[in-house]
Amino acid sequence: MSAPFQHLFGIAQLSREQIEHLVQLGESFIELSRRPVKKAPTLRGKTVINLFFENSTRTRTSFEIAGKRLSADVINISASTSATKKGETLLDTGETLAAMQPHVLVIRHSISGACEFLADFLPDTSIVNAGDGAHEHPTQVLTDLLTLQTKAGGVSGKTMTIVGDIAHSRVARSHLLAAKKLDYKVRLVAPKTLLPRGIEQFGCEVFHNFDAAIPGSDVLYMLRMQSERLTSNCCFPSIREYHEAYGLNAARLAKAGDDCLVMHPGPMNRGVEIASEVADSARSHILDQVEHGVAIRMAVLTELCGSSPQPQARSKRRKQAEAAMQAQGKLL
Amino acid sequence: MTDILIRGGRVVDPANERDEIADVLVIDGKIAAIGEALNGASNTIDATGQVVCPGLIDMHVHLREPGQEWKEDIESGSRAAVAGGVTSMCCMPNTMPRLDHAGVIRQIIERANQVGLCHLHPIGAVTKNLDGKELTEMRELARAGAVAFSDDGMPVWHGGVMRKALEYASSFDFLLIQHAEDLQLTEGGCINEGRISTQLGVDGMPSEGEDDMVARDIMLTRLVDARYHVAHVSCKGSVELVRQAKSEGLKVSTEAAPHHFALTEEEVLGFNADAKMSPPLRTEADRLAVIEGLRDGTIEVIATDHAPHHEDDKRCGLSCAAFGIVGLETMLPVSLALVRDGVLSLPDLIAKMTCNPAQLLNLNAGTLSEGEAADICIFDADAKWTLDRNKLFSKSKNTPWHGRELTGRVTYTLKSGRIVFDHHA
Repeated sequence: MSAPFQHLFGIAQLSREQIEHLVQLGESFIELSRRPVKKAPTLRGKTVINLFFENSTRTRTSFEIAGKRLSADVINISASTSATKKGETLLDTGETLAAMQPHVLVIRHSISGACEFLADFLPDTSIVNAGDGAHEHPTQVLTDLLTLQTKAGGVSGKTMTIVGDIAHSRVARSHLLAAKKLDYKVRLVAPKTLLPRGIEQFGCEVFHNFDAAIPGSDVLYMLRMQSERLTSNCCFPSIREYHEAYGLNAARLAKAGDDCLVMHPGPMNRGVEIASEVADSARSHILDQVEHGVAIRMAVLTELCGSSPQPQARSKRRKQAEAAMQAQGKLL
Repeated sequence: MTDILIRGGRVVDPANERDEIADVLVIDGKIAAIGEALNGASNTIDATGQVVCPGLIDMHVHLREPGQEWKEDIESGSRAAVAGGVTSMCCMPNTMPRLDHAGVIRQIIERANQVGLCHLHPIGAVTKNLDGKELTEMRELARAGAVAFSDDGMPVWHGGVMRKALEYASSFDFLLIQHAEDLQLTEGGCINEGRISTQLGVDGMPSEGEDDMVARDIMLTRLVDARYHVAHVSCKGSVELVRQAKSEGLKVSTEAAPHHFALTEEEVLGFNADAKMSPPLRTEADRLAVIEGLRDGTIEVIATDHAPHHEDDKRCGLSCAAFGIVGLETMLPVSLALVRDGVLSLPDLIAKMTCNPAQLLNLNAGTLSEGEAADICIFDADAKWTLDRNKLFSKSKNTPWHGRELTGRVTYTLKSGRIVFDHHA
């Protein structure tokens, strides 16, 4: 049995056993979503808040469905409707929601480290990272591992080739961390403009030529290329040239082995990083990833909600203020 | 107390090449005598086992007054200064309004005199509103009390403006201090670019963004024969550039901040916003290069870049947090590690915080010469203490040294013969 944990900030904190346990638990949840009645009582009486400061369709929906199918009460808050528009800080928003006593806060934020930052002030609330800046995206990587478990018999010894905007990719960073723990190889393919400095120190092979990286790859993992980032930051001259150099089309896929899987964390830009002929082919497991995403998030929520009763959640700042009052001998 | 005898300390006065156990007699706010077994004062400080040196000079601080007094003001900044043994400090012009006209410079000097704890020598702006476009009236600012010129916080990034600024300043022998940062290369960055920024997934600031501006400025200094000072040098490349410029005889000088020779980018792991400043903490190789620069004299000044920020500006996630840490109260203990590690002798270290900056800025301070104002710092070089951010005199608590043990503690600070800090009080 793997050790329990209160927060899920990233792959960095997880042991190999914990990762394998979550993937296994996720696998056992796949079947639930295929039943006519998609409901289990596991998380009855639990409250999950999805707090999304960045746009997201699949991750947010995935967490919502995962929670609801396990009978948790799930609330979604997106930045466009939240108090942040009124100038409330991330910390105040987090404290406010935590004071409503949810069991789990699922957070997506554009700031790297947003979850660790909030958890420092909210010691009693479980926090799940649904993507923080370019730092980590642990549930996506656990999802990918489940897909590889079911479609390729596991990941150990395999070579995953990740292609595209590595510089801004939290998925690529989380995979690099998982690869070390689960013994798979990572190849990164991108022009230097889309590679963060020193990435080769993280135990991966770096390619600028996509074609050279294809032979020997067991997975071609395509990252979304945000077109607005492409030209404004001088990362790439045009979508046309990007697709020609780093897009996955049928001709390129033909150079890969017959068993090579195509994956993508979504959302896809057809004709940019991936051609429709590949995205819609039998080699593509992009929709399997989406299905498995729900199962993995069920596993994560189950693990974090645990069985022990949750203490009343109070923020660190509040506790410190109360302690200071008491130290002065004042009644609260 | 008008007369004080400081008895039995190790008197270190680099300007006068003095390093001996002696008594220091202060009468009417001035150094009356230094020697053995002196008498004639009504009050005595026993400095046995301690170091007695000139009051320290910090030529790079941000006091936030006027405009951001919730972060710091001249009074709280002065209290922080004297608690750190600093009796003269130079405040940077990025206040609101900027220190770009004589009125505001006179105003803050007057305020510092009212507070009466620490001498204040403002640094005037190079360009109006720090916009990097039009030069300020430097002569007028100097008459009001500005001792050098900088747009610190911002570089004078435009090459043409920088050339004119160096030409104009050098016509009157003013020192120009540059915050050397190529804003195009560091855009969006919040920590050093490298392994740690990649691991944390935040945008980095490459050290080349410092090097290239130092290189350009040195070329301009050669072209126009000016006095140029690199603020808070942080990386190997720019230390080497300054070394070369000096060997060529150019009037180039530089300062290092204690955090740049004591800490590395590893401090930021865990998204620690109290280890975020500009220029950022760099690699171990850069740290060692700064130490070597201090050792061989390339870097003649230690200055803090004391940059107070309110918690609200730091507690918002690493990439949104404000740049800067407080430093006045930790400068001396952090720097004393250089002596314990054998990098510098104690007199050489103290020179970098006293007579060296005084010479660069033409300040009448930084010595224990007889007849001079008795600005004195007394410290126990071996005292160990643990820093508690909540006990800092500064209004802001943004320090990476919270909870850490420091060695070396100021016990008394005297300004013009008056005890302005007493550790025992």
